[in-house]
Amino acid sequence: MEILQLIVSGLANGCIYGLIALGFALIYKAAEQVNFAQGDLMMFGAFVALGLTNDSHLGLPFWVACIGAVTAMAVLGWLLERSVLRRVFGQSQIAVVILTIAFGFLLRIAAGLIWGHDPLTLESPIAGVNQHFGGLVLGLDELTVIAVTLVLTAILFGFFSRTKLGIAMQASSQNQLAAYYMGIPVKRIHGLTWALAGAIAAVAGILFASKGSIDPNTGLLGIKAFAAAVIGGFGSLPGALAGGLIVGLIEPFAARYVASGYSQIAPYAMLILVLLIRPHGLFAQIHAKKV
Amino acid sequence: MSLLDVDGVTVHFGGVTALERVSFTVEPGEIFAIVGPNGAGKSTLFNLISRFHEPEEGDVRFAGESLLRRAPSGIAGLGIARTFQNIELFEHSSVLQNLLVGRHTRRRASILAQILFTPAVRREEIAHRVAVERMIDFLDLQPHRDRIIAGLPYGIRKVVEVARALAIGPRMLLLDEPASGLSAEESRDMQFRIKDIRARMGVTVLMVEHDMGLVSAVSDRVLALADGRVLAIGTPSEVQSHPKVIEAYLGTEAAAP
Repeated sequence: MEILQLIVSGLANGCIYGLIALGFALIYKAAEQVNFAQGDLMMFGAFVALGLTNDSHLGLPFWVACIGAVTAMAVLGWLLERSVLRRVFGQSQIAVVILTIAFGFLLRIAAGLIWGHDPLTLESPIAGVNQHFGGLVLGLDELTVIAVTLVLTAILFGFFSRTKLGIAMQASSQNQLAAYYMGIPVKRIHGLTWALAGAIAAVAGILFASKGSIDPNTGLLGIKAFAAAVIGGFGSLPGALAGGLIVGLIEPFAARYVASGYSQIAPYAMLILVLLIRPHGLFAQIHAKKV
Repeated sequence: MSLLDVDGVTVHFGGVTALERVSFTVEPGEIFAIVGPNGAGKSTLFNLISRFHEPEEGDVRFAGESLLRRAPSGIAGLGIARTFQNIELFEHSSVLQNLLVGRHTRRRASILAQILFTPAVRREEIAHRVAVERMIDFLDLQPHRDRIIAGLPYGIRKVVEVARALAIGPRMLLLDEPASGLSAEESRDMQFRIKDIRARMGVTVLMVEHDMGLVSAVSDRVLALADGRVLAIGTPSEVQSHPKVIEAYLGTEAAAP
């Protein structure tokens, strides 16, 4: 029973990592860029939702806050691509890495200025409600996180493998020049990708904030999610989710059965292990081959 | 009406004149070749039609419509497809996937319908697959259908690029040095394919090529460029015997020792 309990809470945490990792994988898959601000986008999305719905702030209904936060973060992602990243279009990937790290700092500072540096809790209808299944106590928040993540991953997977826009995104990541001359507006596609990544970050943020408190440094979680994305094979969506789940599951078990402190390094130990055995990640695209 | 009308275009790169008031027309159903020594402006001309460069003067019209108002991504939708001298394929995708991306401008279904994979989308996908399979049959790519590009030999990639361009369903095909890097045998195959493309698909072909054997074998008309200026336009034999062309390729007699 205890193990089951650990598994569920690990899965729920893992889904959050998975959602942030999805953001990493998405941008890498579509634009071949690495966005180190993904964790901070999540944090900021959570704060936007909190600012809209908490009674101490605007006090709007929860679902309005969700739509508002997702829309706002999509617009923010789009604006970031449009105003900053498009200027380094075609330059080395390091330029994007440095710009997004800086953007992450800015988001942390902005969130601190607007909402303060103390931990806050999102007033969410799914927070703190428990479901009892026999001797098992499951939080509604944990179940929602798992359900939303699975649905979102399935939709994104369908989007990338089936839709014209999704395939256009993959094409422009593999060869921008060729994509242009197949009639794909590459720059507009990049903008849409960042908007989508912003929207996913907001969903991850709302779910995370429903499970606990947030503060401006919550975004540093993005580093663990980055490890998750690498474990899954950067650029693979199911891989990102799987990587997130692996990282999420390792933590509670390490905390429970290994000396304290090791749970913090467990995800990175796993990352190094995966890189040693399968350097391209567990779900690497390079190995993928249809027979 | 001419299919392509290049009207007095001028392009400079810094102090270098890449094209100086170049004008010519390509008629529907024609195989038209552009020849010239290195740096003559052949590739610049192609990149101009692809909207990669902006001309300082002049206009480029396709079927009567100015291309200069279009973005680079808008060219394929007009019915102009191209290949590249150094091959630009989606390296980590299969031959089939590359060709299917060529159908991009022809996909119509809404994004929601595509995610749900409705019967209408299914029919559309089947139609695209049929169109792509026709190209695979046409260019004998069957054995390579599911191979990843990164593992294919150069000569095959060259053909895949032509197939992908044709998958767009173009009215005009731009071939940038279709025979460069090919063996004598592959080059001969390419020669038949270019003729076939016009004969069986009715596609107008505009190509840049160094191999004069190939050019004389397939072209209806040839444009010779040197230093960004038009030297001669005419049939392959007319252009090859034109004194200015001989001068550009071999130097003047006075300059010879």
